[in-house]
Amino acid sequence: MKPDQIASHLPSLRRYARALTGDAWAADDLVQDTLERACRKWLLWRGGGNLRAWLFTLMHNLYLNQRRADAPVQWVDADALAAHPAHDAPSDTARDLERCLQRLPADQRAVLLLVTLEDMGYADAARVLGVPVGTVMSRLSRARTRLRELMDGHPPATALRRIQ
Amino acid sequence: MTDDTTLHALADGRLPPGEAERLRAQLTPAQQAQVAQWQAQRTLLRALHSGEAYTAPPAAQQAAAARLQALLDGRSQWWRWGGMAAGWVLAFGLGWWGHAQAPRPMAATPVAAQFARQAAVAHAVYQPEQRHPVEVTAAQQDHLVQWLSKRLGRPLKAPALQAEGFDLVGGRLLPGGGGARAQFMYQNAAGARITLYLGALDAPQAAAETAFRFYTDGPVPGFYWADQGFGYALSGELPRAELQALAQAVYQQLRP
Repeated sequence: MKPDQIASHLPSLRRYARALTGDAWAADDLVQDTLERACRKWLLWRGGGNLRAWLFTLMHNLYLNQRRADAPVQWVDADALAAHPAHDAPSDTARDLERCLQRLPADQRAVLLLVTLEDMGYADAARVLGVPVGTVMSRLSRARTRLRELMDGHPPATALRRIQ
Repeated sequence: MTDDTTLHALADGRLPPGEAERLRAQLTPAQQAQVAQWQAQRTLLRALHSGEAYTAPPAAQQAAAARLQALLDGRSQWWRWGGMAAGWVLAFGLGWWGHAQAPRPMAATPVAAQFARQAAVAHAVYQPEQRHPVEVTAAQQDHLVQWLSKRLGRPLKAPALQAEGFDLVGGRLLPGGGGARAQFMYQNAAGARITLYLGALDAPQAAAETAFRFYTDGPVPGFYWADQGFGYALSGELPRAELQALAQAVYQQLRP
């Protein structure tokens, strides 16, 4: 896999977008927007630099902007999540996991997905998210603990309706 | 003592195998359970949407990806030609300089390689820092240079790289092979950082003059050279030609 080939990064970008947004259509839009923005900003990418990290950074910033543009009250509709078309029929555990993931605060979800799903190093994740490594570590800790509580069926304290 | 960060690194497979094994042997049962739970969670997450990787992206995404690829390819062509030109200039310059001074390439020596490696590691450690990338910032440049000169036992100079697009962020003092090392950090408008690492080399290296050497075995690439008993390494995630041009600018400015 050549690191400077966009096509080789596309699958992981799509996968991350899908897990981050929890929605197949939103994910497709997010990936599309990321590629379009990269086309406009390609001069800012330093040749030889980490293309993958750059693309993920663009995607993360777009995601944050979209969330800010959204209504201030976030609903997570668990039924709608389960009803989305899936490329592979997800098992109950996978569906559970997805639902619980969406109940994590967005910044915790992003860190957890970059580190696990994308197998990114902590320093790279910090660069993508634009935060210090220490913040990555504390968010990772909280995300792991919270996800476990959610999966174990602890009463979700603030989950479904969160006022930001 | 095992902190949370280390436990995460263990669960995420970010530790070297030997270290991971040693660490596992020292964990309390509670810590073992914690790591096992995180690993199980990680496995679950990594299985999520694994089908996504095998389905063809929508046509619009493929088109945008192809457009981006064409743009980047066009630019790397430019880098290549630019790099080649810089390479020729440097080869010519070094050839001429070598003719005059007959430098003995000593790059393969363990001391030189160790120096380059320490420079690359120091770069990798401090480059991502957002809050404390340096001990003394460029705002106090005079103090910074005075302080490091005193600690390294030689009058130093922080090279000016504005012409190359890099501003001084600041510097810090580090321990190294034979004693004190200084690290100057620079950053360009795009946020890319390079570091210059320098310090006295141990004898008998001190007597040797080395040509520029490209070092790629560390976490980041770098150019290093020795001059009058001092070792220098310029590290950064940049194309080789660009790093080389910067190294030469540094060398020119620091030549006694």
